[in-house]
Amino acid sequence: MPESLPIVEMAGISISFPGVKALDAVGLRLFPGEVHTLMGENGAGKSTLIKALTGVYKIDEGEIRIAGEPRRLSGTADAQSAGISTVYQEVNLCANLTIGENVMLGHEVRGAAGINWRATHRAAGATLEKLGLGHLNPKQPLATLPLAVQQLVAISRSMVAKCKVLILDEPTSSLDANEVEQLFTVMRGLRDQGVAILFVSHFLDQVYAISDRLTVLRNGRFEGEYRTHELDRAQLISKMIGKDIAALKSLGAKASRRARPDAEPLYSAKGISRKGAIDEVDIDLHRGEVVGLAGLLGSGRTELARLIYGADRPDTGEVTMNGEKAEISTPAKALARRIAFSSENRRDEGIVRDLSVRENLVLAVQARRGWARPLPRREQDAIVEKYMSALGVRPADPERPVRLLSGGNQQKVLLGRWLATEPDILILDEPTRGIDVGAKAEIQEYVSVLADEGLSVLFISSEIEEVVRQSDRIIVLKDHRKIAELEGGQGVSAESIVTVIAEDGLGDPSADAAVREEVTT
Amino acid sequence: MSANAHGPSEALKGLVRRQYFWGIVAIALLLLVNLIKDPGYLAVSIGSSGNLVGNVIDILRAAAPIILIAVGMCLVVATGGIDLSVGSVMVVAGAVSMEFLKGAPDTVGSGLAAIGLVVVVSAALGAVNGALVSVVGLQPFISTLVIMLAGRGLAKVITGGQNTSATNETFRWIANGYVLGLPVVFLLALLLAVAMGLLVRRSALGLMLEAIGMDAKAARLAGVNRRALLFTVYILGGVLAGFAGVFATASVMTVDVSRTGYQLELDAILAVVIGGTSLAGGKFNITGAVVGAILIATLDKTVVFLGVSSSATPAFKAVVIVVLCLLQSERVRRMFRQRRAAGAARPAEREVVAA
Repeated sequence: MPESLPIVEMAGISISFPGVKALDAVGLRLFPGEVHTLMGENGAGKSTLIKALTGVYKIDEGEIRIAGEPRRLSGTADAQSAGISTVYQEVNLCANLTIGENVMLGHEVRGAAGINWRATHRAAGATLEKLGLGHLNPKQPLATLPLAVQQLVAISRSMVAKCKVLILDEPTSSLDANEVEQLFTVMRGLRDQGVAILFVSHFLDQVYAISDRLTVLRNGRFEGEYRTHELDRAQLISKMIGKDIAALKSLGAKASRRARPDAEPLYSAKGISRKGAIDEVDIDLHRGEVVGLAGLLGSGRTELARLIYGADRPDTGEVTMNGEKAEISTPAKALARRIAFSSENRRDEGIVRDLSVRENLVLAVQARRGWARPLPRREQDAIVEKYMSALGVRPADPERPVRLLSGGNQQKVLLGRWLATEPDILILDEPTRGIDVGAKAEIQEYVSVLADEGLSVLFISSEIEEVVRQSDRIIVLKDHRKIAELEGGQGVSAESIVTVIAEDGLGDPSADAAVREEVTT
Repeated sequence: MSANAHGPSEALKGLVRRQYFWGIVAIALLLLVNLIKDPGYLAVSIGSSGNLVGNVIDILRAAAPIILIAVGMCLVVATGGIDLSVGSVMVVAGAVSMEFLKGAPDTVGSGLAAIGLVVVVSAALGAVNGALVSVVGLQPFISTLVIMLAGRGLAKVITGGQNTSATNETFRWIANGYVLGLPVVFLLALLLAVAMGLLVRRSALGLMLEAIGMDAKAARLAGVNRRALLFTVYILGGVLAGFAGVFATASVMTVDVSRTGYQLELDAILAVVIGGTSLAGGKFNITGAVVGAILIATLDKTVVFLGVSSSATPAFKAVVIVVLCLLQSERVRRMFRQRRAAGAARPAEREVVAA
């Protein structure tokens, strides 16, 4: 394909915030009919660059040319009129309206007597059809759709706005393999219609599956622009983290099986279940081992974790801890028994955004002590000091509101909060999702260290390889059931888990397809 | 925060950055207006029995009940809730104490017993709020609206629809007495406010309440006992409103079942907002609520002093409060700043207001 002219050309963009240079002479070119991925660790400046392009931030230096013309973008409306549409990680739609109304909002078909709803819904249907979403009924309320499909609706919406540039900021972080494939179909359709797509994702597989071109940022600086097929994964990762990738590779090697834990389990549940969440499950957790929960999205991984922690109350079943019967019906009771749970939903159920890093770190410890026994400042400082340095939280300012930290650092603060409660059992639900490669490796390594020190870890991840690498024992879930329990070690690989799931699902082709997608690496 | 302030200029800067700074400015301006009308307005003289007498003292006295309900409201608002029932709890407290004192001997003992009774009754009403919000899971607005409506009815039932009067010197002293030349009510209100401030900031109660108000789900998963804390907060709010009810009735030793505490919940909410606590919950500021309460008392007195006709009073109050809220609004302030900056440096530059 001959090199056409870029539709968007950003050159020498610099943006400073008080005390930080967020972007330093960064460039970005988007070509029509191409998917361009923006890569970089958290805090590399990806979001800042996107916000410069969408007119949210004013640029200090540099120039933005759209279709060859220099443009000053002040405000999102400006960007939209320049043909730039953005779909964020969190869907910005009206859940109480219908699919069609959402798609056409602001572009309703008007007749003599106001809006012609029938024509509007028809137009919405046509747009959805074009993107391969013809099976959706435009008159259905949006809220009835799963989040992933809502995201596709959000993208269709930008089609109606006749966008020339579509920005997708981590659209896949909460999608399963099937949904990702659906999204990619839509993206390819748009690309073939000449739309320039800017894509941000932390999943390397996805980046390589969809993008034509890559721009890598590091620490607010431009590392380079590459054609995707000219840069292999190892090179890409080393560009992103700016250091040797030997450390990452060593983590990729299968950790040797830890010593057989003592016979008496620390935690043992028999037949715990909750209607609509998970069928009866037996699960044992020992000191010093990492138990992985593997399964596809919606298999009941998170639901099981929530039952163990008491975030949801189990309907049936019996729990014993250290051989004694235990009733764990609320998070507070779980914490009192030294169980900690880091939710997959970091934003809504994890950090408290407006509290400072220090307050977030001590929150769980303080809650367990009760409000009447405040944690002395000295002990707070000790906790803060210990976990900020152990986990490498950056910037190292405990009084900064946690919302100003990048995703990876928020995750570290959260991990620190749970570790500060000195748990015996630590449940980590997707601790590495949506964070950059560097922070991911750090957290994975830390989990191994914790287990070596005698902690019992329940590790959940949608990346099966990661579960395999981390776990001594793997519980495989499918359709809200436990279908297998595998001893980790040389014999177990992502493939063997996939086989278990696939064989269990004989006669269910859609599950098979999903499995194959998730494992193609 | 103020701990890292160094020197008086730093402390002053810190004060200016506080939201309630504009509340203090507004109080000063209102007093200035009064001073212009009557140069002797701020004069404080020593009365016959060695007490301070003057308009300012009257304002402090009038502020006392508002301070109490504003402090209670502040804590409730921090959890993301609201307590509309405080005015009605005041009238119930007044009714209970007056009915009790009517048949009791005029002794210190019966005065204290009346206060004990008020604490029990208002705590019970607060507990009902707390139960509706935390156990039943109703919206705080609706739960407390129920008590707001039912409370005034309850007060009428207690007094049989009469405006009950009673005599008790101890009770009367609370409202009209002086200690160190200052009105007892104001000192008591200040004492309770300081006690509450110490309670929430020296313990971890403040942090827990903020966590609940900012992100209830995350707080629950962090082991914060939301139910117990909400109960505590609504009970505290109720008891503080009970004291406010005592203050409001003791000065005339009569409970007016239709007017005692009437619409005072709105004053309390205003005081809290003026003090820089967002109604969305989260960060709260008790000092700010006290400043807000004093501002509202000043405003009420000013309206009377300026002779604004009673029909125009609400409008006058509204104008002052709207101006104040505009001054506090981050967005409006930014607009002003940018206009100034743009006017000085780059007149052509269009201002950007982040969407």
